[in-house]
Formats: sequence, C-alpha cells, structure tokens
Amino acid sequence: MIKFFLMVNKQGQTRLSRYYEHVEINKRTVLEAEVIKNCLSRSKDECSFVEYKDFKLVYRQYAALFIVVGIDQTENEMAVYELIHNFVEVLDKYFSRVVSETLNLLQNIFSLSKLGGSVISENKSKEKNI
Amino acid sequence: MPAVSKGDGMRGLAVFISDIRNCKSKEAEIKRINKELANIRSKFKGDKALDGYSKKKYVCKLLFIFLLGHDIDFGHMEAVNLLSSNRYTEKQIGYLFISVLVNSNSELIRLINNAIKNDLASRNPTFMGLALHCIANVGSREMAEAFAGEIPKILVAGDTMDSVKQSAALCLLRLYRTSPDLVPMGDWTSRVVHLLNDQHLGVVTAATSLITTLAQKNPEEFKTSVSLAVSRLSRIVTSASTDLQDYTYYFVPAPWLSVKLLRLLQCYPPPEDPAVRGRLTECLETILNKAQEPPKSKKVQHSNAKNAVLFEAISLIIHHDSEPNLLVRACNQLGQFLQHRETNLRYLALESMCTLASSEFSHEAVKTHIETVINALKTERDVSVRQRAVDLLYAMCDRSNAQQIVAEMLNYLETADYSIREEIVLKVAILAEKYAVDYTWYVDTILNLIRIAGDYVSEEVWYRVIQIVINRDDVQGYAAKTVFEALQAPACHENLVKVGGYILGEFGNLIAGDPRSSPLIQFNLLHSKFHLCSVPTRALLLSTYIKFVNLFPEIKTTIQDVLRSDSQLKNADVELQQRAVEYLRLSTIASTDILATVLEEMPPFPERESSILAKLKKKKGPGTVTDLEEIKKERSSDMNGSAEPASVNASVVSTPSPSADLLGLGAAPVTNSAPPPSSSGSLLVDVFSDSASAVAPLAPGSDDNFARFVCKNNGVLFENQLLQIGLKSEFRQNLGRMFIFYGNKTSTQFLNFTPTVICSDDLQSSLNLQTKPVDPTVDGGAQVQQVVNIECVSDFMEAPILNIQFRYGGTFQNLSVKLPITLNKFFQPTEMSSQDFFQRWKQLSNPKQEVQNIFKAKHPMDAEITKAKIIGFGSALLEEVDPNPANFVGAGIIHTKTTQIGCLLRLEPNLQAQMYRLTLRTSKEAVSQRLCELLSEQF
Repeated sequence: MIKFFLMVNKQGQTRLSRYYEHVEINKRTVLEAEVIKNCLSRSKDECSFVEYKDFKLVYRQYAALFIVVGIDQTENEMAVYELIHNFVEVLDKYFSRVVSETLNLLQNIFSLSKLGGSVISENKSKEKNI
Repeated sequence: MPAVSKGDGMRGLAVFISDIRNCKSKEAEIKRINKELANIRSKFKGDKALDGYSKKKYVCKLLFIFLLGHDIDFGHMEAVNLLSSNRYTEKQIGYLFISVLVNSNSELIRLINNAIKNDLASRNPTFMGLALHCIANVGSREMAEAFAGEIPKILVAGDTMDSVKQSAALCLLRLYRTSPDLVPMGDWTSRVVHLLNDQHLGVVTAATSLITTLAQKNPEEFKTSVSLAVSRLSRIVTSASTDLQDYTYYFVPAPWLSVKLLRLLQCYPPPEDPAVRGRLTECLETILNKAQEPPKSKKVQHSNAKNAVLFEAISLIIHHDSEPNLLVRACNQLGQFLQHRETNLRYLALESMCTLASSEFSHEAVKTHIETVINALKTERDVSVRQRAVDLLYAMCDRSNAQQIVAEMLNYLETADYSIREEIVLKVAILAEKYAVDYTWYVDTILNLIRIAGDYVSEEVWYRVIQIVINRDDVQGYAAKTVFEALQAPACHENLVKVGGYILGEFGNLIAGDPRSSPLIQFNLLHSKFHLCSVPTRALLLSTYIKFVNLFPEIKTTIQDVLRSDSQLKNADVELQQRAVEYLRLSTIASTDILATVLEEMPPFPERESSILAKLKKKKGPGTVTDLEEIKKERSSDMNGSAEPASVNASVVSTPSPSADLLGLGAAPVTNSAPPPSSSGSLLVDVFSDSASAVAPLAPGSDDNFARFVCKNNGVLFENQLLQIGLKSEFRQNLGRMFIFYGNKTSTQFLNFTPTVICSDDLQSSLNLQTKPVDPTVDGGAQVQQVVNIECVSDFMEAPILNIQFRYGGTFQNLSVKLPITLNKFFQPTEMSSQDFFQRWKQLSNPKQEVQNIFKAKHPMDAEITKAKIIGFGSALLEEVDPNPANFVGAGIIHTKTTQIGCLLRLEPNLQAQMYRLTLRTSKEAVSQRLCELLSEQF
C-alpha cells in the first residue's frame, strides 16, 4: 500500500504531505527530513526508487518540485512512478502551470482543500485513480 | 491568488489569508492571528445566531490557522453543526475540519457519528461520499466500531451509485487495515467478489484493492475471485487501445487495474481449473508479446505504464513458478532490460531477476547474464543499482560460478560504498563457505576479506572460519601457513590477529618445522601485535601463549617471562590479569601430561547452520532474502539448521565468545572457588542454625502453592494461623511488578516485621529484584503491602525465596516461601499460521533445542482447562495448527533484557493411558528444559 505522499520543494521544505497510516506529528517531521535528504541528494542518472528502512521511496522531479511516495513491498514501483505523473496531469487539469508555480500550487491546494475542491481532500480515490 | 478569490465568495477568508501572507515578521503574523481568534471567539459566543455561511467562514479561518501550526481549542461544536447543513460547501468544510482536528472528546464523537449516520442513510451520493471519506480519513477504532457493519451493506447494495461504491470499498479497506477484528466477514464477501465484473472500472479498481488485502488473511473466502480476476484481466489485455476510454493511459488499457489484478492473483497458487489456467497463461503471453511490439507511442508515459504491467506479470510468473516456458521468456525480457538506458528499468530488472534466480526452471537462464551483471557492478553510477547487482550475483551463484562471483565481489569490495560493505562481506563469506570445493580457497577468501574490509568483518565471520578450520583437518596446515604469512604485513587488521592467534595456537605446530616459522618466530610475530590490540584480542592472545607452552616446550621460559611481566600480572583489566596469573601458575605447576590434557586441541564443533547466514537474514529482515535462502537451501542441502534470527543465540553460545577462550575452561572455576562476597553471607541458607538471621527452611506445602502460580498471577501464596500472604502481579516483556500483601490474622501486633526477598548467586545475575522495606509493625487485623519490581536479565532456573521474620507475642517467627517468579512470566504470545508454526518447528530440530517429557496426568484431563492453562502459561494457544485436534500447540517469545527466545510447545494428551507428552522447542536448551519442567507440573 501507499504509506505517504509528499510534495517537497528544492530547498527541502515540505509543501504537502498526506499520510495513509497513522504517524505522529513530531515523527513526521523527522521522517520527512530524512526522506527528503535521501531523495534530493540523488543525481539524475540514479534510479527513482530508494530503499528506506522497511519500505521504498519512489520519487519524481518536476522542475523545482519533488513528489515522493512511500510504499511497502506490495506495491509495483513502476506503477507508482507513473501514478505520480498521472496525479500531476490531473492537477494540471485543475490548475494551470502546476510545475512552475510550486509555491502557489501549494497555497491553491490548501485553499482548495478548504474551499470545496474534492481532488485533494478526497480520500484514497487518488491513490487508485484510473 | 486565483483559487482563493474564486472561492464561493468568502471574501473575509481571502482577506485574512492575504493579510497573513503579507505579514513581514512572525510576530506580526501571530498578532494578526490572535486578533482573528478573538474576533471568531466573540462571534461564536455572541447572542446572535450565526448563519451557515458565517459559520463556514469562521471554521475555515480556524482551519487555516491550525494548518499554519497554531493550536485551536474551540470551534469544534460549530464544525459539527455544519455537518447537518444541507449545503454541500458547508457540510464539506465541517467534515474537513473534523478530519483534520478530530479529537476523542466522547460527547463530540457521538454527535459526529450521528451526523455521519444520517448522511450515509441520505441516499444522496455526494453526502454519502463525504461521510465515507470522513470515516476513512479518521480511520479510528471508534469509527470502525460504529460503521464497520454498515459499510459492507452500502458496498454491495444494488442501488448504490458507482462513485459511492468506490468510496465504500476504499473506506472498508482502510477500516480493515486499522482494525481487522472489527470488520466482520459474511455474506457480503461473495458479493464483493462479483464487483470484479462491474461495468465501472473505477469500482473494479477499488474492489480489487479491497479483495487483495482481504484475501491475504482469508484466502478461502475469496477463492472465487481468481477466475473473475483472470477473465477481467483477459478482457483488458486484449482490448483495443482505445476501448476503455478514460481508463486508457497513453494507449495502455487500464494499467493500474491490470497491476492490481495481477497482484491479487499472487495471493493464490496457479488456478486449478485448466480453462482458467489456460486463459491466464494466454494473458501473460500477450503481455510478454506486447513488450516486443513496437511502441504505440514514443512518450515515456506509454512505456512506463506498459512496463509496470510487464513487471507485475513477471512477478506473477515467478510466484506461480510452474510454467518453464514463461519463466524463461520472463528471464529473457529482464535480460533485455539489464542493458536498457533507463536506470529505473535496470534496477527493477536486477531486482526481479534476483527472485527468478531461485526458480529451478530459470536458474540456468539467469546465469547466462552473469557478465552483464558483473559489468553493472563495475559501471553503474547508482549505489542502489549496484546493491541490486550484488544481490543478484549472490542469488545466481552456484558451484559452477562461485569462484568467479566471489572474486568479482571481493574486487568490488575494495571500492564499495561503506553503506553496503558489511552485507557484501557476509555474502562473500557465505558463498565462499557454501561452494568451497577446496577449503584452501575458502581460507584465502576469508583472509582476503579481512584484509580488504577488516572493519566490516563481524565476529560471526571470523568465528565461522575458525569453526571450519578446526573441523577440517585437511586445511589446518594451510591455514596456519597462510595466517602466518598474512600476519607478516606491517599493519594488519585486529580481526586477522584474532584469527591468526587462534589458528596458530591450535595448529602452529604444523608449520613449526620450517625454520622461517619456528616457534619463537611465531610467538614474536604475535606478540609484536599484542600491545596494539584491544582487551578481548589480548585475552585471546594470552590463551594462544599458554597453548604454545604446550605445543612448544622450548619457548616456555620466554612465554613465562611475558606472563610474569608487570604489564600482565598487574594489568588493570581483571580478565587479562586473571588469565596471566592462572596461565603462569598453570605453566609452572602442571606436569607435561596435565598440560597436554588441559591444553588439548579443540574438539570439532558440532555441525550447525552458519551463524553468518543467520546474521545476514537478521540484517535483511524476514523479507525476500529469507525466502530465497530457504529455496536455495533445499536445492543444495549444504546447510542445515534454522533460519530463525533467534538461532543466532544458539549458535553463538558454543562459538568462541568475544574473549574467545581456547582452553574452554572459562572463568567459571575461578569464580566458584572465590569466597562468597561477605554481603551475601546472610543469603546462605543454613538450615541448622538457629540464629535469628538465618533463613527458615521452606514452609510445608509451599511447593504446591508455587506450582499453582505458574499459570496465574494473583491469589493467596501462603496462609497459617498467624499470617496470610497474598500476591498480585503483572508482567510485560522482560519487566514485571509484584504486590505482596501481608495480612495479620491475629489481634496482636507483629513487631520487627521484616520480609526479605532472597536470590541465590546464580539467580542474582539473571534476575533483578528491587523491593522497598515495609513498616516493621503490623497491627492486629491489618494488612501491609510490599512492591517488588522485577527485571529479567537472562533466562533463569530457580525461584527467589521470600523470607519473613517477625515477633508475635514473645516468640520469634521465621518462615520462607518460594516466590513464584518463573521464566514463563516473561512470555509474549505469538500468533502464527500452521505453516509458519511447522516451518519454525522444523528449524528448531537440533536435539539440544528440544526437551520432551512424558508424564502421568495428575488432574482430570479436560481440554478447556488445559487450554486455559496454556494461555495462563503465557504462550499463544494456536488453534487448528496441529493436524490432530486433540493436541495443543502454543508459541511465544520469552523476553529477557539480553535476548529474546522463541519458544514452541506441543502437548499431546493420551486419554486412554491418562498420560501426556509435552515437547518444548526453543533456541536455547536451558530454556526448553525449564519451561518443560514448569509446564509439566500443571497437568
């Protein structure tokens, strides 16, 4: 299953996080910091799957935005890798210029999830999109 | 801010957010927030009832403030009110607030649950969706208790809308993950399976996720899903690239659903029905064929999605492991990917191939790619890819290519990343041992390992090389010569000194004939390293020296001089000092014969599983490596023994300890001969002494009472006309607490009342007990309480003694009872399936690990009472594990501070003979013994 979904900027700040398993708030910070460190330090010709503790991280970069997904062994890495892209395409449909306006995107998502859009606040339908 | 202003007219919110964004400093932000909080508070408290819109607006603001990281302590009630609104936006904000800021305030939970119930019953798909999302997002146990029965009904109801079904399936999945015990299986399961046939692919996707998870735990219930999944998969795979409309992703039909269906099929063995099986094989062939066709799109998304399905299909082929043709095709496909320019594909191909290597059908096919994999090891720029390459080399290794692979791994080790060195070292050591035809090669390899990566060579590795050299006399001379040569290097690793010390101490005589390695030269060589080494190594070298005294009488005086020097005899380290003193004394007073007997060559080690292998498994966890190893083990039957991490303890027990004692004498005799420390003088049980400080012999009947407490924690431990002793205790992992209640049954005061808990010397080292003194006077009819804090350091045999002394009337009273703190109190029950149980049972088949007792029943043989006793004993009672339903099996882990010991037990009653047979298997002999004793007394 998917354990968490993170959007991070190049400076390593978390822009959006979504957990599908209960993780305590203070542990999240530690986890995110480590996860981000693990992914940001990798170069382009390294592969997009990183083993981390007992699960795997699958990440993809869109300009200055990193999307990192934590998965366990029951998930197909390639499918998750492409799911990230699918997710970005969906975002693209809802908001223009997803990739270039990372910061704005975040604000939009936060506002959106409050103001009535159901894409983000929707539970796991996202996880199983398509 | 387009989305903000778009909103649905919450201008106040937009203004507030832009105010916050424009704040120049943290202080300004906090100030603005506090102002807003005061404003909202006054609105909520005001007399005027707020309309839905304002409530929504303020709740939104609170939420925003919370998301900025500030605490919110009010507004929950208003949010709950929003739930009952009929406007979508208001209801939605209410649910969002609840999902984000849920707390277990019971009053609110009731209201929330009520609102959710109403929405679920509303038949309005949007409202139902919101309610289901809220349940899933919160996902708490309370939620599961309230709704786990309701959701399956919604899921399988005929008139439920597709979108609601999707949400219901995922919601149920979430509840099942958090509280599987609360989701009841029932009639609905068969109807859920039929959702795989649903017209709406979204529903199928959601249902597949749910069924996959449920089927892992309840395979029988969902068995029918196999044929449905196969036919659904077949329809997807054979559909034209545009048939599925929205569910076609860059010309790939429903890739995620295909992956999920293939994943679901991996919960089951290959289908038995030949028609289904044929259809599945066709699907898998089609998927493999598609990989060879020219792509329908040049876009990377197309190939990614296609490959995701392909990899999952290969996983299924490997999982079934029954179609040689498919396995070989899968292997060829992966072989192509090994040289693909996409790193991701190379990584995944290496990973999949690793599992493919363990199939007997494809093992040979995998081996043909050896050059590519070795090349990957050398050229890949990504450490995680190289790591996979190492794994694959390890998996494809067999007798035919072991030498090449080990050489390549050693080569790579010189430049390998620090993060994976230890693992490579373990792997090389294992392969070298497993496939060694020629043990000189093995010795060379291990010494090379120590030379190249000494710091990463763990104790298990060098213990193992010594075990092997000692057990094989054909390699001993070579080993002695090689270590001697290796030790010549000006700087050599401490691990090499250890191995060298040990081997020369045993077999130095085999090379002493050569003048270049005469006894004195050997000794000087070792002694030149002595002062640079750590204490354990020096201790080992001292043992080597005394062995030299036996092997080479001609250098006895030189060695005695060394032992006699102040730096040895007066060494600050007790262990070193003790060895120096003892060895010196031994060499002086013992006759040659005695020396020869005492310092005889080490006897061969009992054959057992390599402790290195256990370590590798421990490192890797119980994941794929273990499975792989199991399969390999069967194939090459070179290894024997268990795969349980717990067996590390067992192996290490008889492996040389870190202070590796060549003599096998250990420090034990010395400690025994030492006079007992004066503080423990009062602990000596002196039955004949009538002095007041002596401990009384055990009170009559105390043994019976003791036995009753083995399976229970509370009750009366002792009672006579004067005194009653009650117990209440609780245990958790290796810790426990016991409350002892002393009741004065008389009407007269007890004076000088002193209860003492006494542990024998042996017990003291394995059990930590802390007690507080109690009030020395106990009034007539009164009760005093004493707390004992218990820590189990290691496994133990005896029980502590509770001694009580007091004055009653003019007479001195003194009595002792055994305190029922027994090893089984530190049990943690472990649930496992029948398959797991017997696998572990087999792994603990070493005769030393098993203890059996056949005994006559002392009580009526009642199955229910027996069950209760086994559970009271602390282990889990495993139902439906033993093929004979009359037998009882249990499993658990004994927690001590130092280790955890896995225990399996089996009790076979024989009603006719009124006998029982009890078998205990644990990784530690003493534990099996003790548990068997304790439990045998119970029936």
